[in-house]
Amino acid sequence: MSNNEIYTLTVNGRDHHVKDAWVGESLLYVLRERLAMPGAKGACEQGECGSCTVILDGKAVCSCLVLAASAAGREIATVEGLNPDGSLTDVQQAFIEEGAVQCGFCTPGLVVAVHKLLEENPSPAAVEVKEALSGNICRCTGYGRIFAAVDAVVAVRKSGSR
Amino acid sequence: MAVMTPTRLDDALEMAAGNPDAHLLSGGTDFMVEVNFNHRKPVDVISLARVDELRQWSEDRGAGTIFVGAGVVYAEMEKGPLSALLPALAEAARTVGSPQIRAAGTLGGNLGTCSPAGDGLPVLSALDAQVHLASTGGTRTVPFSAFMTGPKKNDRRPGEIITGVTIPTGDDFQGYSKVGVRNAMVISIASACLSVRDGRVRVALGSVGPVIIRATAAEEWVSSVPVVDASVALEFGERVATESRPIDDHRSTAAYRRHAVSVISRRLLERSNDR
Ligand SMILES: Cc1cc2nc3c(=O)[nH]c(=O)nc-3n(C[C@H](O)[C@H](O)[C@H](O)COP(=O)(O)OP(=O)(O)OC[C@H]3O[C@@H](n4cnc5c(N)ncnc54)[C@H](O)[C@@H]3O)c2cc1C
Ligand code: FES
Ligand code: FES
Repeated sequence: MSNNEIYTLTVNGRDHHVKDAWVGESLLYVLRERLAMPGAKGACEQGECGSCTVILDGKAVCSCLVLAASAAGREIATVEGLNPDGSLTDVQQAFIEEGAVQCGFCTPGLVVAVHKLLEENPSPAAVEVKEALSGNICRCTGYGRIFAAVDAVVAVRKSGSR
Repeated sequence: MAVMTPTRLDDALEMAAGNPDAHLLSGGTDFMVEVNFNHRKPVDVISLARVDELRQWSEDRGAGTIFVGAGVVYAEMEKGPLSALLPALAEAARTVGSPQIRAAGTLGGNLGTCSPAGDGLPVLSALDAQVHLASTGGTRTVPFSAFMTGPKKNDRRPGEIITGVTIPTGDDFQGYSKVGVRNAMVISIASACLSVRDGRVRVALGSVGPVIIRATAAEEWVSSVPVVDASVALEFGERVATESRPIDDHRSTAAYRRHAVSVISRRLLERSNDR
């Protein structure tokens, strides 16, 4: 029996064919190393840091814990697909303006998690923001500026001027 | 074929029968850590993530039970209608990992791994859950207490898939409590689930023994005490702790675990009394 898998992943609405992959490869690995989508970052590969967060069938999950071949036939959305034209989203813009990015390694995962949070809960309480981002570790910023960025997006979206 | 992605339970059972060595995969939050760290080299994998039948839960009012499918994720247990029906399961689910882990991790995976630190397991033990297994040969049902046979060991046979659990409803109180080094993303150092039904107290302990432990002597004792006051609660905690069998390991010491389990059991009993 061969260990080489052939399957199709639907990422950001587009089909991508994966060939000659080892069966145990994670979605994170396949996105980065086979499909040239390095937005999701790999740090711990054990679900602890959230830098690899993607949306799978509408849920924010750690792509390092998704067996890539098992994601065939499911909808995958990555940080690259947040704005189809490649421009910055309001969340990304707010991260820049509020200084919520230092080394930037955690940023793509946080941006995906923040988009997901605000989609489900447009005006979260402070504790809800903390809870929602508790699976995303940032070693640099100390989180204050990240929370400020979330608050800024909430304020702007509420005022309707986005 | 190496990774199979059935969408029907019958197909999954056929695949498991034809391939008894294949690894079953649900949310991947235990399985993929082992693969990423080369502790497991999967050859054949049957992914259950798209089997809708496993992702359902339902209440049987007549029988007074709830069925929770093996593929139900923690995010679904922690809020909404299921959390109202099984508050202890909701409290346990809320403590698991992070939102990302709770969006993917399932009760079936918790049972499949059967770690003494699995947060769903003390709940299944205290609530006298029945575990359902299926294979092409038929189905069987095992009480949780008989299902978990050791640390990371269970009674599942090759070719069998855990389909879900049945839990009796109608408790007067149920609660879950967990001690860890912080609030999020933490494996328990000690945990307890306590339920009260018709004056009968049941308490199950996690992370303080090779399997989930029911403190049956303490249960008997406290159920026979007419009035639960502060001193009874204190003694209950102490009695529970004597039935735990903790060890020293990289996460904590046996002495601290025994202390922790006594405190959380006392507090759970007090909570049940305050309701
Ligand atoms: C960062 C992180 C934090 C975590 N925190 C916690 C925590 O706080 N508390 C906790 O309890 N756990 C925790 N876990 C462990 C894990 O999330 C849980 O055990 C979860 O319930 C596993 O479910 P899964 O669906 O992801 O299982 P999988 O990884 O898909 O499978 C786990 C095992 O169960 C078997 N299996 C899965 N489904 C079935 C089935 N239907 N029938 C038979 N066998 C099956 C698999 O073959 C495998 O051996 C954590 C994990 C990570 C990565
Ligand atoms: S790389 Fe996936 S959670 Fe850290
Ligand atoms: S900016 Fe460096 S880890 Fe967050």
